[in-house]
Amino acid sequence: MEMHTALEYLAKASYLLAAILFILGIKRMASPVTARRGIVQAGWGMVIATLATFAITRGHNIGWIVGGIAIGVIPTWLWGRKVAMTDMPQMVALFNGMGGGSAAAIGAGELLKFGQAGEVAPPVTILVMAVVGALIGSVSMTGSLIAWAKLDGRMDRRFIFAGQKLINLLVFAAAILAGLALIFWDLHPATVIVFFVLALAFGVLMTLPIGGADMPVVISLYNALTGLAVAFEGYAMGIEALIVAGMVVGAAGTFLTQLMAKAMNRPISNVLFSNFGGGGAGETIEGAQKPIDAADAASLLYMAEKVIIVPGYGMAVAQAQHKIWELSQALMKTGKEVKFAIHPVAGRMPGHMNVLLAEAGVPYDLIADMDDINPEFKTCDVAIVIGANDVVNPAAKTDKSSPIFGMPILDVVDARQVIVIKRGKGTGFAGIENALFYQDNTRMLYADGKEAANSLITELKMIEGGGH
Amino acid sequence: MIDGFLALYIFMLAAFTGKEIIGRVPVILHTPLMSGSNFVHGIVLVGAMIALAHAESPLAIGIGFVGVILGAGNAAGGYVVTERMLEMFKSSKDGKK
Repeated sequence: MEMHTALEYLAKASYLLAAILFILGIKRMASPVTARRGIVQAGWGMVIATLATFAITRGHNIGWIVGGIAIGVIPTWLWGRKVAMTDMPQMVALFNGMGGGSAAAIGAGELLKFGQAGEVAPPVTILVMAVVGALIGSVSMTGSLIAWAKLDGRMDRRFIFAGQKLINLLVFAAAILAGLALIFWDLHPATVIVFFVLALAFGVLMTLPIGGADMPVVISLYNALTGLAVAFEGYAMGIEALIVAGMVVGAAGTFLTQLMAKAMNRPISNVLFSNFGGGGAGETIEGAQKPIDAADAASLLYMAEKVIIVPGYGMAVAQAQHKIWELSQALMKTGKEVKFAIHPVAGRMPGHMNVLLAEAGVPYDLIADMDDINPEFKTCDVAIVIGANDVVNPAAKTDKSSPIFGMPILDVVDARQVIVIKRGKGTGFAGIENALFYQDNTRMLYADGKEAANSLITELKMIEGGGH
Repeated sequence: MIDGFLALYIFMLAAFTGKEIIGRVPVILHTPLMSGSNFVHGIVLVGAMIALAHAESPLAIGIGFVGVILGAGNAAGGYVVTERMLEMFKSSKDGKK
């Protein structure tokens, strides 16, 4: 008994230490200089907390526990090591779904245990927390799985059918009712099963109609939800580390979700319950897109002093980040100023472009946020837009009938000359025409991003070598 | 057992902490930070381990086992992915040292 108490104290102290390491770790991850140390620190927190848990579980079901950890850790670790940088967003979605599922499983175990004959009924607060945590965790799990499937290209269309919102609402209401039944009426296993089926189904239904362009916000939201689910289950089980870590993530994630939704100028409710393209067709655009070939584009670059590169998801698809950096280095070698301008929601996750550029070796001090870079477009000779579309569409400022009206954009339109690298004439995610592409100072370089960058490098070398 | 009101205070303080510590995060770090906080809620593994340790019926063991697998996957995958992303962050000054 003595030994048991001592171990419990040791475990509780370790959980406190882990919570401190998590908070400091997240704080360090919010600055580029200390970010690397931050994740390592949080990692130690996790190792300490896990080891401490072995001390208090005292060998009960040890085989199952060790086996479960091995099955959970080994494949995800190996997969996470080798997955391509461009696929990171869906990996985050997948791992987040696993966390939600784990919280839901804890909830299921608790509820079934409370329902056993001979068990003393727990206080209502515990039941409420267990039920709410299980509901949120289930929604986060299946929702994240759908988000993963969409980002991974396994499900490339939105599923929209008549009466969808009504059905979603009914399923949600039914899940809430089942939850209330569990809390106030009866913890029968059948009710528990119905409750989980409804909660899991709601996660799927809620995510199906949301388009790919909105996935960043959705993943961030589910990340916050998993945090909350973990905190609530932590309360139900009486583990403070889960409460603190889960709640910190829940709050930080909610805040991050708001930042993202704000960058798109759409309230979160709008992301969840409607889609781009539903708000009007926008004005039709007069004029034509003016093409340019790589040789002419290279001479424009050769004569420029300041170049701003605007990457978008198209760069990720074309895996063009390395070639783009090579092109930038070639330009910088001849004394030109090169900067990268990143829209907050470019790509599939906020900061997605930064990660890709960092992978290619672009130093982070060459990469500028929207607010910092926007005044600089006026003084820039050439802006290169590669694979970005809606985030540079000036209609967001000028055309009140456009569905993206009001969304903050990169002011590429102010640059003296704009080169747009694009595979074809199609529209972006929002499915609307881009007025920028029809401007007098805009030239379209129709090519795959990687090939375009490659031929620009070759042409630049020819110009410098006195060729042509 | 944590007292009801004390728990509410813990919830509140943790929520403020979460908001404050990322208050001034640059856009450049949004993805790694989301991924990093995704790792941190992998602490759910601890809850799943304790639940599994207390499980007696085959059903409870099964549910706990699934919980441990998923929680461990969340923690391990979240760590590896975040660490890989952050590994690449360097400033142009670092290279010249």
